[in-house]
Amino acid sequence: MSTARIRLPASVKKGEVIEVKTLVTHTMESGQRRDAQNNVIPRKILNKFVCNYNGKEVFKADLAPAISANPYLAFFVAATESGTLEFVWTDDDGSTIKETAKLTVT
Amino acid sequence: MSFATEQPSLSRRRLLAVAAGLAGGLIAVRDASAQAVQPGAHQQVLDKAVGGKKAQPGKVRVRMPEIAENGNTVPMTVMAESPMTAADHVKAIHVVTDNNPRPEVASFYFTPANGKAEVSTRIRLSQTMNVLAYAEMSDGSVWSARAEAKVTIGGCGG
Repeated sequence: MSTARIRLPASVKKGEVIEVKTLVTHTMESGQRRDAQNNVIPRKILNKFVCNYNGKEVFKADLAPAISANPYLAFFVAATESGTLEFVWTDDDGSTIKETAKLTVT
Repeated sequence: MSFATEQPSLSRRRLLAVAAGLAGGLIAVRDASAQAVQPGAHQQVLDKAVGGKKAQPGKVRVRMPEIAENGNTVPMTVMAESPMTAADHVKAIHVVTDNNPRPEVASFYFTPANGKAEVSTRIRLSQTMNVLAYAEMSDGSVWSARAEAKVTIGGCGG
């Protein structure tokens, strides 16, 4: 099954703008490929990504089949307080992959 | 003797016919792939994303390798200049390509809590093409940028 990995800087000062790196395993089947019988392999991608910081949505992305397999997304967050970053990817079939990361601000 | 001269000329004719057939086939394949990409489709996607607003060049940047060896996974970074305050921030950056089977790549939505409007990801490019980005600001203005990536191995898994 899909596994998500999150990387945050080891130490974060209050007010610092930090890079949040995310990587999730997923084939991101584009719907453009054909199998050995020349049938189109149906599209199955993660089409949506959301990042919540202490329950508040801070970043969101709509993804198309042009995003590579095992989507990597890196973006920035202003570290204002310690807490939890929650990451949610939504599949074409409606299922979701969730991951959280603890952020400690000093 | 005439047989001896006839033979090579026959095979030459055959060769030519085969070559012509091959070339015709190649052209046909090219045509098919060209039809799959609707010209201007990427522009329609961008216009729709920003609600038909006119874009002016500047403020947003697309950073990609000039030569992407593997089109299956091409690193791409988009960024827009902005103080990222509640009053003045980047709302979204929309990314499309002009020669993939489907033009859409991604739309990124920012909030002032990002501190910086910059996203890195990896994208698929079926061949050498332009990547275009539109940045939507909180004041309603729209800014555009483009970058070309040369692809040596296409990334459509075909």
